[in-house]
Amino acid sequence: MEEIHEKKIKFLEETANRLRQDVIKMVSAAGSGHIAGPLGMAEIFTAFYFHILNHKPKQPDWPQRDRLVLSNGHTCPALYAALARSGYFPVEELKTLRELGSRLQGHPHRARLPGIETTSGPLGCGLSQAIGMALAARLDRNGSTGSPRGKYRVYCLMSDAEHQEGNTWEAAMFAGKNKLNNLTAVIDRNNIQIDGFTENVMPLESLRAKYESFNWHVLEINGHDFYQIISAVAEAQAIYEKPTAIIAHTIPGKGVSFMERNYLWHSKPFRPGEREAALKELRTFGGKIKSEHE
Amino acid sequence: MLNPDAHLSNKIFDEDIPQKPTRDGFGEGLVEAGGKNQNVVVLCADVTESTRVADFAKKFPDRFFECGVAEQNMATIAAGLGVSGKIPFISSYATFSPGRNWEQIRTTIAYNDSNVKIAGHHAGISTGGDGATHQATEDIAMMRALPNIKVIVPCDAIEAEKATLAAAHIWGPIYLRFGREKSPVFTTEKTPFVPGKAEIFWVPRAGRGQAKKPQVLIVGCGHLLYQALLAARDLEKEKIGTVVLNSHTVKPLDREKIVSLAKKTGAVVTVEEHQVSGGLGGAVAEALAEHYPVPIEFVGLKNTFGESGLPAQLLEKYGMGVSHIKVAVKKVLRRK
Repeated sequence: MEEIHEKKIKFLEETANRLRQDVIKMVSAAGSGHIAGPLGMAEIFTAFYFHILNHKPKQPDWPQRDRLVLSNGHTCPALYAALARSGYFPVEELKTLRELGSRLQGHPHRARLPGIETTSGPLGCGLSQAIGMALAARLDRNGSTGSPRGKYRVYCLMSDAEHQEGNTWEAAMFAGKNKLNNLTAVIDRNNIQIDGFTENVMPLESLRAKYESFNWHVLEINGHDFYQIISAVAEAQAIYEKPTAIIAHTIPGKGVSFMERNYLWHSKPFRPGEREAALKELRTFGGKIKSEHE
Repeated sequence: MLNPDAHLSNKIFDEDIPQKPTRDGFGEGLVEAGGKNQNVVVLCADVTESTRVADFAKKFPDRFFECGVAEQNMATIAAGLGVSGKIPFISSYATFSPGRNWEQIRTTIAYNDSNVKIAGHHAGISTGGDGATHQATEDIAMMRALPNIKVIVPCDAIEAEKATLAAAHIWGPIYLRFGREKSPVFTTEKTPFVPGKAEIFWVPRAGRGQAKKPQVLIVGCGHLLYQALLAARDLEKEKIGTVVLNSHTVKPLDREKIVSLAKKTGAVVTVEEHQVSGGLGGAVAEALAEHYPVPIEFVGLKNTFGESGLPAQLLEKYGMGVSHIKVAVKKVLRRK
């Protein structure tokens, strides 16, 4: 991973903004889909697809690529936008989200679209699958000294609420026991789920203490700060004895004032005018600049 | 008479026929598969000894992953391995895997098309003393309903070994079903085994005055196929000619063979150590209803759970003994 500098951060911020606009357009065109999560994770997706991942968008099957597993598959609008913008498939295809015959399924399907490492949607299974990939990497690495085989890293993006699924903790136990240092989880700690705020529905705190007790290295960051995201991943790459969990605090619906922190925007159809209002806010960076669309 | 082309054991009806659990055949097949292909890996959920993966674990420790009592994690880790160039076998009791991890198998293995082989052990009520909680009697139905999964139920330890090797070879998700108790080894190395192709094990004896045309087709899978052969032998003495078909591959079912034999006989009995709904019986009924409806009788568990007991006692009590197969044959004959 290359060093991060001012100019790159500016580029990443603009890209995240573009991703947010893509999400609003996609979901409103589809008539259904998830909004708050993808908006909140825009910086995380941007950081991975435009800086962190060792990947070749034109060669999605490149065997030495880093793997990114999206465990909270419902946030796939942001994933699709990141894949398209980084070159995996044409941006025009984004508007086909959820359409009959589209490669952009409502929840990502591995067979349909290049760049999807695994099918997801049902929560709690992504970390385990990421573990399987990390184990495969370790097997390939041990079986071939000197070659680049098996040196890829595996990242798993997760939601906070999916930690209510038992499968997640089975995975955490296994990764801790096996010291999977090529595995990094990034948890979108946005505090919301369908039925309300996580701490009211089924409290997760202390998430940090839980992971630490399972023998993980834990970092906590502001999930909208590129410097923090990238530094945390760099630290995870340097930890040898444990897998790392990065708890990324985010604001659900970030970027659109009337969506922020509102769990009802987890997944909700747009009312007339809301799409345009959201896009205007994003295009003008909350009124800070004039947009050519005005 | 035994179909000579099936090359069944010449000790098949002896009192001292060799007995060996199908899970042993799995264990041996696994070691051989592991030796042939270094991408074969094995995961287990705390039952390494009883599901016979211990030998693989000892021989290939780097390729064995103990998951502890966590079948959901076991299936999903395997899913990740299976899309990363590995050929994972997951091994546990069929009540829990598939069972507890059915949805993970559906989403991350079947729908995701990950090259995972699921070994479900302690299948059927002949699991015995552990009781109903550990006797898998709905697993064939659960797996058969899923798209993109093959379902294979070997009839003895030799077939179990062949099935395991075949599974390592064939691309795609496969469910393999094994029993706990030792059961008669009645096939041989020469007995044909091709996934998807049912094999005729018994045909009516051709001879003076004897009817050459079979009157009933008995379709079975798993170790009850041996009971079916014993029943066929008894029925032959009563001049009832049957065909016994080893339908080890429940999905994809060898519809062609089954329909053509249904046409020849006009009556069918299915035999399995499983609920009568949804397993082999269900698959056969679906195929015949669509192509050539004939009367069918189902031998299996009749919508009830099992209980603790000795395997032989349980099979008798729950209607899956030799006598029950004969009764079913006679009943279906009356319905023709």
